Amino acid sequence: MMIFVLLFLEYFKTGLFAIGGGLATLPFLNDLANKYTWFTTSELSDMIAVSESTPGPIGVNMATYAGFTTGYSEFGVIGGIFGAFIATVALVLPSLVIIMIVAHFLAKFRSSKLVNDIFYTLRPSVCALIAVAWFSIVQICLIDISAFQSSGNIMDLFHIVPIILFAVMFACQKIFKKVHPVVYIAAGAVLGIVFKL
Amino acid sequence: MEGKNRKVSLWTLFITFCQLGGLTFGGGYAMLPMLQKEVVEKKKWATEEELLDYYAVGQCTPGIIAVNTATFIGYKTRGIIGGIVATAGVVAPSFLIILVIAALIKNFADNTYVIHALAGIKVAVCALVLNSVISLWKKGVKDILGIILFVIVFAIMLIFKISSIWLVIAAIVFGIVYGRFAPKKEVRK
Repeated sequence: MMIFVLLFLEYFKTGLFAIGGGLATLPFLNDLANKYTWFTTSELSDMIAVSESTPGPIGVNMATYAGFTTGYSEFGVIGGIFGAFIATVALVLPSLVIIMIVAHFLAKFRSSKLVNDIFYTLRPSVCALIAVAWFSIVQICLIDISAFQSSGNIMDLFHIVPIILFAVMFACQKIFKKVHPVVYIAAGAVLGIVFKL
Repeated sequence: MEGKNRKVSLWTLFITFCQLGGLTFGGGYAMLPMLQKEVVEKKKWATEEELLDYYAVGQCTPGIIAVNTATFIGYKTRGIIGGIVATAGVVAPSFLIILVIAALIKNFADNTYVIHALAGIKVAVCALVLNSVISLWKKGVKDILGIILFVIVFAIMLIFKISSIWLVIAAIVFGIVYGRFAPKKEVRK
């Protein structure tokens, strides 16, 4: 049972500190992947894929999924459902309370110099945090640092086929800006089967 | 329910945000056009300006923007209960959908095709997340100080593997201090 208390606390913290929406929860979930055995960085990237291809806010989807995986790892499906519920509520709770308070002082909050000052430094920092989380996904699918360290051969550092696919998909995103992420995820699934990644 | 003129029923609030949560892919900004249509044009629960304000504040407060906006509108129409109901509504569809998918993936995790597909999906995710990082960079990193902060935070996280929370707190504190003592400059958005 302790794990659910821990789960609640960890997702509450995530909800409290993940500022900026979208993938802002990612660095915190990545922290959890390193800290606990609830899920791995590799599973985290599955979560991103599922969250991007299903309706609803990504942060909520990620919390539900991560909560399910955590509960599942200890108690199977029932534990998963319970974990998903706890994680989702814990994630939403801090912002629910804060927004209701802010709603009272909306006009002041908007034009506050303090808020602007904070965001001036917070935005680049959050951007960097998400970049680090990105880099840890890169390490599990595009490059292999441990193979490089043991052989010393620079060619062992790179997974060539995935890197080429990555470059193509990245370029496509720059060219076709309107294409929904779910299209890339579906394409990734097909290419993964074709190239036996 | 007893819809005395202009009083929105909690059920309507819940169902409306359920639809918004269930029909928008990607969350965040993907939701803005839908909110404009439903909440501003059809239901008239908020004005266009209010909605944009909610969005702006939703970005500067912890939590998920779409959820924050729902809380705002719920609170505005029906007070605290309204805030809770609208939030539950926007979260409910994703909760159920993700639950089903997560359970399915667990059951098929050993299938070879699923393994290959997930490996391919990871590559797609790499590309998608890099793209988000770049657009965040464009929005948030405006000058040399921004670049320096980005590099420092990136390096600290990579080398020390500390919790992201400490860096968020540090960035907030630094922002306040810098705002106080920095040479007067237009740092507004």
